[in-house]
Formats: sequence, C-alpha cells, structure tokens
Amino acid sequence: MTDARTGSDAAFVEFDHVQKSYDGENLVVKDLNLSISRGEFLTMLGPSGSGKTTCLMMLAGFETATHGDIRLGGRPINNIPPHKRGIGMVFQNYALFPHMTVAENLAFPLEVRKIGKSDRDAKVKRALDMVQMGAFGGRRPAQLSGGQQQRIALARALVFEPELVLMDEPLGALDKQLREHMQFEITRLAHNLGITTVYVTHDQTEALTMSDNIAVFDDGRIQQLAPPAKLYEEPQNSFVAQFIGENNTLLGTVREIKGEIAVVQLDDGELIDCKPVNVSKPGERTRVSIRPERVEFNKSRLQAGAHTLNAEVLEFIYMGDIFRTRLRVAGNDDFVVKTRNAPDQVRLTPGQQIEIGWLPQDCRALDA
Amino acid sequence: MSETIEAGPMRAADGTPLKKSLARALRRQKLRALALIAPLLIFILVTFIAPIADMLFRSVENQIVSDTLPRTVVALKDWDAASDEAPGEPVFAALAVDFQIATELKNHTKLGSRLNYEDPGISSLFRKSGRSADDIGKSFMDRFVGIDAAWKKPETWAALFGDDVWLADATAWADAKDKDAREPAFKLRDGVGDALPATAETYRTFARAVQAEGRKGLVETKPWPVLFTALSQDLTSATPEALAALTDVDTALLQQAATAVAGTEPFAYRDAFLAIDKGWGDVDAWRTIRAYSPRYTPGYFLNAIDLEKGADGISARPDDQKIYIKLFIRTMWMSMLITFSCLLLGYPVAWLLANLRSSTANLLMILVLLPFWTSLLVRTSAWKVLLQQQGVINDILVWLGLVDDGNRLIMINNQFGTITAMTHILLPFMILPLYSVMKTIPPSYLRAAKSLGATNWTAFWRVYFPQSVPGIGAGSILVFILSIGYYITPEIVGGTQGVFISNRIAYHISTSLNWGLAAALGAILLAVVLLLYYVYDKIVGIDNVKLG
Ligand SMILES: Nc1ncnc2c1ncn2[C@@H]1O[C@H](COP(=O)(O)OP(=O)(O)OP(=O)(O)O)[C@@H](O)[C@H]1O
Ligand SMILES: [Mg+2]
Repeated sequence: MTDARTGSDAAFVEFDHVQKSYDGENLVVKDLNLSISRGEFLTMLGPSGSGKTTCLMMLAGFETATHGDIRLGGRPINNIPPHKRGIGMVFQNYALFPHMTVAENLAFPLEVRKIGKSDRDAKVKRALDMVQMGAFGGRRPAQLSGGQQQRIALARALVFEPELVLMDEPLGALDKQLREHMQFEITRLAHNLGITTVYVTHDQTEALTMSDNIAVFDDGRIQQLAPPAKLYEEPQNSFVAQFIGENNTLLGTVREIKGEIAVVQLDDGELIDCKPVNVSKPGERTRVSIRPERVEFNKSRLQAGAHTLNAEVLEFIYMGDIFRTRLRVAGNDDFVVKTRNAPDQVRLTPGQQIEIGWLPQDCRALDA
Repeated sequence: MSETIEAGPMRAADGTPLKKSLARALRRQKLRALALIAPLLIFILVTFIAPIADMLFRSVENQIVSDTLPRTVVALKDWDAASDEAPGEPVFAALAVDFQIATELKNHTKLGSRLNYEDPGISSLFRKSGRSADDIGKSFMDRFVGIDAAWKKPETWAALFGDDVWLADATAWADAKDKDAREPAFKLRDGVGDALPATAETYRTFARAVQAEGRKGLVETKPWPVLFTALSQDLTSATPEALAALTDVDTALLQQAATAVAGTEPFAYRDAFLAIDKGWGDVDAWRTIRAYSPRYTPGYFLNAIDLEKGADGISARPDDQKIYIKLFIRTMWMSMLITFSCLLLGYPVAWLLANLRSSTANLLMILVLLPFWTSLLVRTSAWKVLLQQQGVINDILVWLGLVDDGNRLIMINNQFGTITAMTHILLPFMILPLYSVMKTIPPSYLRAAKSLGATNWTAFWRVYFPQSVPGIGAGSILVFILSIGYYITPEIVGGTQGVFISNRIAYHISTSLNWGLAAALGAILLAVVLLLYYVYDKIVGIDNVKLG
C-alpha cells in the first residue's frame, strides 16, 4: 500500500457509480459517487435503512457491489478478498473475541501477519496505552465495561496500522457522557495517527462534532456531501435541512426571482424574501426553511424594507441557556424560535401577537 | 447501617431479628419450590436413584450362601481350605441339617445356580443331592420311632417345642376345624432353645414353612425328617442337666431318646453324603462354598474384570474365560469412534443449520430430526438391509464393478456395522447441541477476524471453532454416554465382534440370570463414565459444556 502514497492528491477511497442490490429487485444503494482523500474523517449519516452499513461492507469486502467500481489508493478492490484489503474495522457490537484476552485480541491481527513476538508485544502495548487501557491486557472482554470494550475494539482496529479504518456506529451502545468522551478520543486518535476514517452514525450531533466531511444518505443516494458547518447552514435540499438540526418549514410558491432574492408567496397569501437554492423559475412550489435561531422578532435588527410576518405565541419554554418559543406562523403551529438567555432578552407570553422576520440569506427556498 | 443507630441486630417491622424473618421467608419460598418439583423428585428417586442403589448393592451382596447353609458356613471356618482333603465330619453334620432344610424349602437349587457362576458344575451336585437328602433324616427318624412310636406324631413335637399357651390355642384351632381362621402363630417354648438349639431352630423354620403354606396345622403335619437329624445332634451334645432344666415337657421321652442315642454308633455323615453324590468329596466344591460364604463378596467384581477368587487368593482367569476387560475396552474404543464420526459428520451440518436462511434451515432441521420419528428398530433393521452381503450397497458396488461378485464386502455383524448404524442413530444428539451453541455465535466475529487479516481458515480455526467447543463438549458427552450404554443396535448389527458390554449385561440379566455379575458390570460401567466425566471436567471444564 505504500506505493499508493505517491498519488497523494488523488482520492484515496473512491466509489464510482456504485450500485448494490441484495435481492435483484430493489436497489439498496442506487448511484454512489464518493471520494475520500487521505487523512480525511468522513461520516456517513442517514436514517435507518438508508444503505450506510451496506456501503461500509462493500468497502470492507463483505459485500460485493452489483455495479460500479470501488477504488482504494487508485486500485479497484472488487476482487481483493477482505483479509487482504488491510482495512481496520470497528463493529457496532465490537466483535471482540470472547475466548481471548484483551491482549490476545490485539495480537490477533499481528499474528496473522506473522509479526514476531517481541515486535507484537510492543505494538500491543502501544495500542493499549494509546486508548488508556494499558492495565487491562490480561482481562477477558466480558470483564470490561461497554466503554472499555469500545476502546479495545478501536485499539484492535488500529494496532496493525491500517491506513483506512471503518467504524459502524461504534458508540451506539454507550451512554451520553461516555459517548461524548469517546467521540473526542476517536477524533483525536484519527487525527494524530493520520488515518483515513469512514464513520457511520445516525446521530447528527456526533456527525457534526467529529467529521471533516459528512455524507448524508437517504434512499440509497448521497443527498449532500459537505463539511459540517456548510451542511448545517447551507442544506442543499429539504431532506438535509430536515435531517440536520432543528428546522422550521413553510410551504409556498415562488413568485419572482431577482438575483440572490426569491419572493415566495406562502399558502396563506403573505410574501417573504428567501435565498433561492433549489428553485429556478416563478410558479414553482417550494419548501422554505429557516433555522429557529435565525428568526428575529426585534424589528431593529432587521433590514429596512424586509418582509415580516404576523405570529401568535403559543408556548414559551424556559430551557436554561435558551428560550424556546413555539409560534403559529402562516397557519403552521410548529414554528419554533430559539433565543439566547440574555439579560435584555424579551420573554414572550402565550397569546401575545408579534411580528417576526429574518435576513433573506437565512431563509432558504428548497424543493417542495 | 443499623449498628450506628442501635447496638443489636437489625429488626424487622414486627420486632423479630431481620436475619430470622428473612430466613423464614426464604424457607417458605424453598418449601413451595420443593413442593413444585416433588413429583419429579419422587419419580427420579423411585425410578433412577433407587434402582442404581439396588444395583450397587446386588453387585456385592452374597447372603444366599450364609442364609441357606448357616451351620455349614460356621463349621467350615475350622477347615483349612489349602489342604487337599474335603472337610471332616462336623462340617458334614452341619451340612446334613442345612441341606435338608434347604431341600424342604426348595432353596438348594437357587444356591446351586449361584455357586455355579463361580464353579461350573456345582449346581448339578446340589440338584441331584436334593432328591435324596432326606434319606439321612429318614434313617434318624427310623431310629427315634424305634425308641418310641410317639416320635412319629406331630403332637409330640408340638408339645415339646411349642409354648403352652400357643399349644392350647393351636389344639383348639385344630379341633374347631374352622378353616377360615388361621392357626395361631407359632411361639417357641421358653428354655428349649438353650437345651436343644439346632432342633429348636429347625422346628421354628418348619413351623414357619407349614404356617406359611397354611393348609394344615402344625399339630397335624408330619415332622420333617431333618428334625430327627437335628435332635440326634442336639441330644449327643446336650448335658443331662440342660435336659433336666426343661420342665413342663415329657422329659422322660427325651431322656430315653438321649440314652438310646448315646448308646448307638455315631452316624457317618460324610459317608452318607458321599453315598448320595461323590461330588461332596471334591475339595474344589468346598473351596468355592467357603470362598463365597461371607455375606458380601467382591466375587462379582473380580469376575467382571476377569479375575477369580480361589483358595490361594485372587488370580487371573484362564485366557479362554477372559472376556469382560476386552469388552470394556472395545466398548470404550468403539464409543469414541462413534463420537468422533458423529462430530465429523455433525459439525458441518450444525454449521449449515446455524448459518442458512431460516426457511432452508428449518427444512434441514426436519431432516435431522426425521430419525427421531422412526422407530429405532426400523432404522437399525434398515441398516441390515443396506449393509448385508446381498444388500443394497454391495449390489450397487458389484453393479458398478468396483467389487467382485465373489468378494462382496462384509459390512454387517462386525464392528463396522455397529459403528455405522450407531453413528447414524446418535447423530442428532451431536447436531442439536452443536447447533444451539453455533446459533449464539454472531457472524460478526468471522467478519471481524477477516477484517483483521485472517484467511477464511484462520478465522474459522482461531475464532469460530474455539467458540463452538462448548457445543462439541456437550454433544460428545451426550453421544459417548449414550453409545457406551447402547445395546439394541449392537445386538442386531454387531455380530460377535461388534457387541458392547451392555449386551453382556443384558445377557446376564435376562438369560443367565446372574444379576450380581450384571450389577457388577453395570457398576463398573457407571464408575468408568463418572471417571471419564471427571477427567473431562479437569481437561475441558464442565462449565465449558453448553446446550444452548
Ligand atoms: N443481507 C441483507 N439481505 C437483504 N437485504 C439487506 C441485507 N442487509 C441489508 N439489507 C437491506 O438493505 C437496506 C440498507 O441496509 P443497511 O444495513 O445498509 O442500512 P443502514 O443505513 O446501515 O441502517 P441502520 O442505520 O439501521 O444500520 C435495508 O433496507 C435492509 O433491509
Ligand atoms: Mg447499519
């Protein structure tokens, strides 16, 4: 694999028009094009059944692509058996071998690579220290807590120094606090070791905090591939907007597009200004998306001449660091506004009639 | 926690110590649980534990000799078994009484067949002697009747040995002729047992036999001839004072008989027995009787491991009689072969069952279970049809030209037949535990191993196989223990070379009726299985056996 290092600006992992069907009737993966560069931390995020594990399994070699090519370091790997791909993998249930001690588990990939005993021991020790589990080498996996098992699984996937590591929802079984801690550990390790990581999760916070790039999966396709901030702030379609973070949507019809501004007439007749993303011509149906924290009801902060909407306060929830206010806007009862808990912040009361607005670039006109 | 508040033990709400009330609550729970399993417990006790205990007892029990020939056994103690001479007169005198009683009770043939296990031929000596044993007694009877005709009468004997009260009741019962009522149970007269011990004991046996039969009363039944033998022996050794101590009886009759007995030549018991059968002069027969006179004997066990107990201690049996050790070894060896071939054939099937799609796996499972739905005999007989020289397999081989018609393969009535048929029959017992263990091994382990760089074989051997070992253990124990005790199949397809120790046990139980030996063989088999289990536990660890 060392020879592949030369082409460093070429994509390290490449999916090229990959399709996959298990039963010959339905395509689980429809048309996957994805390239991952060396050292990148890529997360596959998507609802259950969207084909994330399937992609990972094709990459690891446990499933074969029905159509298309998968390339690793420029070489197609369709015909390389799993054990020769040299890809580290962390399974959802960890798959630590129960009849071996932790140290034996870690030594296993080295043994099958015929690495000498002393070398092996040193590497195992280094890997254990790396995940701060140095004292646990003699234990059986069953004698470890969930988080500890998780670290061992991680260490085992890394101990033979693979260039690519795949992780399939490795933190799914952990509680919130441990999860957050491990998220940090994993990114730190991946970063320090410079390995390329493909990480599968359906937890969006996890995806947002860990990744260099996120591929949002739905329906066997990548809906959007982007860095976390871009994904959150500039969703390319309404699925991504809905799936990542909290989101308010209003349905309407495009009336006019002038450069960076689209005027949309909502279904109750009111007009608003939006940024056209997925719309191209007047008359199109559109789903308008606004993040709750970008809604403004302090008129002084809005641009002069901006459209505003009337809203009725339905509920006010005190959440400590933020306030969460539910409004009825243009017939939508689930319009949420989040405001920071600051000394000068207004606290609304249910039944109050207010006017709200936003900057046009925060309001995205997406596909309906 | 309570220690910090109060010094005493923790108390429940009602003031009883917490420990006590907890124990009470637990006891109630345990009792209820026990009541639930009580029917099963009793069932197991009655049908499993008790028979095993009985078997263990039978394998050492040997009371028949000392029960049937009690006096002879005592008298034989003085005989030097190493000498080349049959025992002397005292032993034959004791035998005269014992043997006649045994013939009256028809026990002599039973004893004969018991001793025949140890010394073939002895049973015919006992059977033949039984026919003329009371000749001895009759000759004594003639003497006594010659002294006084009263000795012939049942009443004389009843009056002499029966308690006064009993005698009155018995006479009244005999006179009443009320046949629905039973004769009052016999009671021995006080003191007569001291004066005439042998006769009193014999009369008591006589009384018991007569009353058990219940047709005639004691006062109406002619005395057994053996009573005269015993009486003669008692009178010879009794002192006049002892006889005089007997009150309330016809002492004159006794004194007269005693004088007459003292006046005659001593009876030659030995010659009398030799006249009945020359076999009584045979030292070996006496050695056997003496060797097996204790109430418990290791004889059956010795026999079961091809040893015998002779006059000069324990020695190996002659080579042509050594069969059991060989059988034990063959049983073990063939059971291991069967277990191994079950494992070899069953492992892949279990793997398929655990890893196929469930619809296919169900079909396969039905095929595995199918043998359970057919009778064992049918399956075994089917193997006969398949394997015999004119059978299906040979026919096919001949037809294919692989085997010459003249040299058809012999695949049945030998070890091959037994191993083949038993492997087939026991296969499900290997597959099912294996399957249920394999079912619990997630496929992700194999994937993990491969992703770590292991080839298919390494992944299987290092990761999958070790995790299936508990199933192998459970299946192997099951198959091995089942096959070690199997006997129907070896009986049908095993011929002489393919039979197991259990076939021999069955033979001794149902044909030769040597239950003691059968029990000893069974006990050894049980011990061997327990020993193997122990060894298995030491090597593999019984915690490593899983049925699912
Ligand atoms: N071995 C298989 N045989 C047939 N269909 C399968 C198989 N594995 C997965 N599928 C189907 O393929 C689709 C995608 O499955 P996949 O496991 O890739 O989803 P996922 O995105 O990993 O979901 P999750 O987040 O729940 O793990 C699902 O509809 C699933 O039913
Ligand atoms: Mg999945």
